[in-house]
Amino acid sequence: MKNKVLMKGNEAFAEAAIRSGCRYYFGYPITPQNEITEYMSRELEKHGGSFVQAESEIAAINMAYGGAAAGGKVFISSSSPGIALMQEGFSFLCSTEIPLVILNVSRGGPGVGTIQPGQADYYQATRGGGNGDYHLFVFAPSSIQEAVDMMAKAFEIAEEYRNPVMIYVDGVLGQMMEPVVLTEPLPPFSGEEIVRIRPWALTGTEGKREHNVIKSLYLKPEELEARIMDMDQKYQRARKELPLYKTEGLEAAEVVFVAYGSTARITEEAVELLAEEGIQAGLIRPVSLWPFPYDVFDQIPDTVKVVISVELSRGQMIDDVRIGCRGRFPVTLSSRVGGILITPPEIAADARKALGVTA
Amino acid sequence: MKAVFQYTKGMLSEETTYCPGCTHGIAHRLIMEVLDEKELLGRTIGVAPIGCSILAHHYMNVDMCESAHGRAPAIATGIRRVQKDKIVFTYQGDGDLASIGTAEIVQAAHRGEKFTTFFINNAIYGMTGGQMAPTSLIGQKTTTSAEGRKQESSGMPIRMAELIATLDGAVFVERVSVDSPANIRKAKKAVQKAIEVQEKRLGFGFVEILSTCPTNWGLNPVKSLEWLRENMIPYYPLGNLKCPGEVK
Amino acid sequence: MAVHKLIIAGFGGQGVMLIGQMIAYAGMLEGKEVTWMPAYGPEMRGGTANCTVIVSDKKISSPIVTEATAVVVMNLPSLHKFEKLVKPGGLLFINSSLVHEDTDRDDVEVCRIDANEIAVRLQNDKVSNMVILGAVVSKTGIVKMESIEKVMEKLFTGNKSKTLPLNKKALTAWEA
Repeated sequence: MKNKVLMKGNEAFAEAAIRSGCRYYFGYPITPQNEITEYMSRELEKHGGSFVQAESEIAAINMAYGGAAAGGKVFISSSSPGIALMQEGFSFLCSTEIPLVILNVSRGGPGVGTIQPGQADYYQATRGGGNGDYHLFVFAPSSIQEAVDMMAKAFEIAEEYRNPVMIYVDGVLGQMMEPVVLTEPLPPFSGEEIVRIRPWALTGTEGKREHNVIKSLYLKPEELEARIMDMDQKYQRARKELPLYKTEGLEAAEVVFVAYGSTARITEEAVELLAEEGIQAGLIRPVSLWPFPYDVFDQIPDTVKVVISVELSRGQMIDDVRIGCRGRFPVTLSSRVGGILITPPEIAADARKALGVTA
Repeated sequence: MKAVFQYTKGMLSEETTYCPGCTHGIAHRLIMEVLDEKELLGRTIGVAPIGCSILAHHYMNVDMCESAHGRAPAIATGIRRVQKDKIVFTYQGDGDLASIGTAEIVQAAHRGEKFTTFFINNAIYGMTGGQMAPTSLIGQKTTTSAEGRKQESSGMPIRMAELIATLDGAVFVERVSVDSPANIRKAKKAVQKAIEVQEKRLGFGFVEILSTCPTNWGLNPVKSLEWLRENMIPYYPLGNLKCPGEVK
Repeated sequence: MAVHKLIIAGFGGQGVMLIGQMIAYAGMLEGKEVTWMPAYGPEMRGGTANCTVIVSDKKISSPIVTEATAVVVMNLPSLHKFEKLVKPGGLLFINSSLVHEDTDRDDVEVCRIDANEIAVRLQNDKVSNMVILGAVVSKTGIVKMESIEKVMEKLFTGNKSKTLPLNKKALTAWEA
């Protein structure tokens, strides 16, 4: 058995980023993800990296842009309102095709909202609040282990696609502790690797090549259109290659839940509760939120009477669930908001109600 | 035959989008010439702003990136962390630096970031068509202050060099002007010193360059230079505010 | 197949988070699946503090607990807030040094521990949480006492190692 350690989610995420070769982190304090910023401030310099406590999330994302443009493997984290401030930067990073890994340890909104968990940033993550035709790749792990494993993968995807990748968890995963097996540490980029892997990076010409320019301004419409079409090809490829999901008990199900992140775990227990009553429930857990795994919904058998989107928001993912269902099933919502976690009995009750069954 | 003058390798031979008589060109050339003379072009990374000089990377022959409006100092901070042995600079106008980007410039200076900021103060928003800037003078007519800037609604014009000089992290601060050959020579000296401060990693360096905007001021290039001399310099006094002993 | 779902509640400074983490850690050392989840927020700083610990032989889905096999209340507000979450037949541990009210529940096993008083007798008021921990581990069997001692040896190192004998002693003091 590999060495299991008991870690708080936030600290495990930070350590996982370092083990993925990240050496640069720029952050601003916000609950419930402060342990990440604190961990990076303690650990990065030990690994020869740099930590900067930025003056705002706006500055943090732009420091990240500069660091990654200069060839660094950069990781940033924040929580909902802080991520809102970073949206302008996400648009820039996508348009200039700069790899970055972003973590949102989300909390309830809107506005200041609450520091308690929420999933109401689904639109923010998958639709984006920045301007223009761009997409973040968004993954929503449901355990600390899955998040840790995903971190290394996120850096790979960001590099391969030259696009920011967001890992979207909520305060539950950030704050809880679970045993975790950490990934093998990868070395950071060497100076030579930066030049080889990111030939476009700002490393100085050293008089050996033409100057590199990282830009998103295209004053000629035809040039900009061509750029956007190039980016879109990449996004179309991502739509084919990146969808990720888990399913459970779809065969012979009467009701299918769709839930992501920590809510999916809570829903698993609701599935067990319903099974005790003789109600067969299935679960689709989208792991990638963008691109959304629409095709998996074709696996839902005709025996299903209703599909329920379980969210800590007032129905955001439900839009994608409806698209996935293509009108084959009625789609309803099971949700708690305001920082309150939905419980298995509440989800089970919503299922009974949707099925027209009394307990 | 001996060449007595050569075009600096720091500037690319591109046609610029700057208006006739605009002094951005002079500022560009001064910076690039200094980097060329110090043989630093291959080791320099620049950050262009949002504003007329967004296309600075089109003309300056060093690695560069664009920035979101006002964020250049944050971007330069990130670059500096990764490329520790390079020369890093931001080039920013007054809307970019003195308005939307005040947090970033003040905090970069406050941290004592080891890069240099060249601040082009022409008392107006150029690219967007001549709106009032925080640096516009009292009474100055712009498209958003048709009656002239008023103190009661817009405050007094902001003196960025003096503000930055109050911060311990900013070790070199000077205001220069490019309105005359004599002042251009002085400006070049300030650029040289600011780069030297960075080479020696002494702290943050800030050079404010008073410039013209003939198009949006509604003046011809010569009159613009006169207007700068007669109106801007009295309010924005030229001179060095801070210089470390190591480079004097 | 055993699943233990424990809620530990008190006020900040009583060490309720720590004993929850110690149980989770001990469970992990025994090769079990564990989760520890704090109620986080401003109330952590001086107000009520509580955490949820699950120790199970199989994979844990929901980390939240709506029906606890045992609840530990270290102060009065916690009794009011959490007594209803003990499942019928479950255990309710009450720190009787600070909680003078009785529970409304008559379908659970109540275990009153004079934790602060016992800790004072051990010459250190700070170990009241360890007194309770000992009782919880013995009565619930959530983890083995040896595992808790192992955890103590891993946690209390360096300067803190001199508190190890006292902390170990506190684990059995509730019985006296």
